[in-house]
Amino acid sequence: MNDRLDYKKIEASAKTRKSLLSTVTYILLAVWAVIVIFPFYWMLLTSVKSYSAYSSEAVPAFFTLSPTLQNYVDAFTSVPLGRYFLNTVVFTAATTAIMLVVITLAAFAFARLEFAGKNIAFIFFLSLMMIPTELVTITNFVTVTNLNLRNTFTGLILPSVTSIFYIYLLKENFEQIPDSLYYAAKVDGTSDLKYLLKVMLPISKPTIITITILKVIECWNSYVWPRLITDDENYFLVSNGIQEIRENGFGRENIPAMMAAVVVISAPLIILFLIFRRQVMEGVSRGGTKG
Amino acid sequence: MIKKIKGSSLKGWLYLLPAILFLGCFMVYPLIDVFVYSFEEGYNSASQTYFGVGLYNYSYVLHDPYFLQAVKNTFILVIITVPLSTGIALLISVGLSSIKFLRNLFQTIYFLPYVTNTLAVGLVFMILFKKTPYSDGLVNMLINLFGGDSIDFIEGPYPAKMFVLCFYTVWVVLPFKILILTSAISSVNQDYYNAAKVDGTSKLRTFMRITLPMISPMLFYLVITGFIGAFKAYSDVVALFGTDLNAAEMNTIVGYVYDMLYGDSGGYPSYASAAAIILFAIVLTITCIELMISKKNVHY
Repeated sequence: MNDRLDYKKIEASAKTRKSLLSTVTYILLAVWAVIVIFPFYWMLLTSVKSYSAYSSEAVPAFFTLSPTLQNYVDAFTSVPLGRYFLNTVVFTAATTAIMLVVITLAAFAFARLEFAGKNIAFIFFLSLMMIPTELVTITNFVTVTNLNLRNTFTGLILPSVTSIFYIYLLKENFEQIPDSLYYAAKVDGTSDLKYLLKVMLPISKPTIITITILKVIECWNSYVWPRLITDDENYFLVSNGIQEIRENGFGRENIPAMMAAVVVISAPLIILFLIFRRQVMEGVSRGGTKG
Repeated sequence: MIKKIKGSSLKGWLYLLPAILFLGCFMVYPLIDVFVYSFEEGYNSASQTYFGVGLYNYSYVLHDPYFLQAVKNTFILVIITVPLSTGIALLISVGLSSIKFLRNLFQTIYFLPYVTNTLAVGLVFMILFKKTPYSDGLVNMLINLFGGDSIDFIEGPYPAKMFVLCFYTVWVVLPFKILILTSAISSVNQDYYNAAKVDGTSKLRTFMRITLPMISPMLFYLVITGFIGAFKAYSDVVALFGTDLNAAEMNTIVGYVYDMLYGDSGGYPSYASAAAIILFAIVLTITCIELMISKKNVHY
């Protein structure tokens, strides 16, 4: 009798301990979730507060009863946000597209073709992966300036159209495609290029999508290079645009309008992420670097 | 036959050509050139002439108070944020791995900072922490609530500015670390845990003796990339304190390099090159030390 009671007691205390532990876990996780979400909430909230309401709040309010879209109108009319946005779209699309062509050709050469010096070339490529961007930016800045390519899309795009890491990623993927497919295609008289376009690329679609998304994120957020290369507002990307807006945009005090601009700039990537959540997270854990 | 092999060899190189061209122009050549620049004394970017060859640029940079300030800031940032962010990431990942309900939601939320524009969200942080004539800002409101006095975190005392910078840096780098650690923890062979359960091992002991050793290679990878990333901090600093970082006393080494290159104080690629090479000498040294330590402590 006594034994049975004890057993029940032990079971009960183990259960409470377990539920206590999981409650603490949930609370901690929720706290960090709030810290992560809060800045996003705050920028959305501030962006719909009217300027007069915002500046009369000595103590910031956590909600607003009279949301307005006026700030978004201001963001597009009193500063050239639309142009910054368009520039970034052009820059991102062009850089990603050119990069995809360059890395596909290179990955195909490494994975499929046989040629003298292939291994040496591949090792050389891999060793270049260790070079930090900061070291080469200085000369690239001088090169682009001397070529008179400052304030042009060419100057913005050229230095970032190759990525050795993505060549490596795609090559690994290409190598998993069975050789027999290649020989079958050869027998049918298919050219290498056609085989690459019609067979290899469709099979490697998931990797291509991952690479594209990672590159789009990188382009959308790039700040240093565009800042060095552009001082003409007509070529600013969103990162430089937001810095410009902050320093002499709406007047330093019009924070709601600034926040509207921040929302407009942040929204595309967040939407992209929510749509391609799985691919983005998988891609980043395979090859992302930030932090 | 020989002709044929030659032809296919040419083809391989032809496919590689675009990549080689771009890498040659924007990576190999600049890498050599940056060393050349750093030894050319008195280089003038307008006339492209220089007086002599030597170590003057290095000595100039090492005696520049702005550079020393930048080195100090960068080291403080690295020493605080790398252990802190790795620790928090480990805690959160262990928590995430122990729950099922809401796990996906939490993971999605935690990842959000990764896909946001550092400059844009930095502006939000600035507003949360900034003290303005008409409002002390949200963070100060919280401080007042607990009985403290308002502090200007953006233009105020140095420790306050450093705090905001570290906080924002941790916020920005965590998504990557959480993602890597969560997948590392989930890939630990479940058999070990079952064996520990049978033996009645406590949770803490299971964690210390099974989870930690099994994920130590990934943890170590994060520490190394964390150090490298933190040493290169720049755009998050600009996001918080604006482009004139020397005036704000918040410049970093990378910021110093770019300021030397361009902007109001710019036009000195030689000084910029010397500073960049010093930075990478530091990073390389620390990475090597870490690799040596890891040989003793990481279980592969």
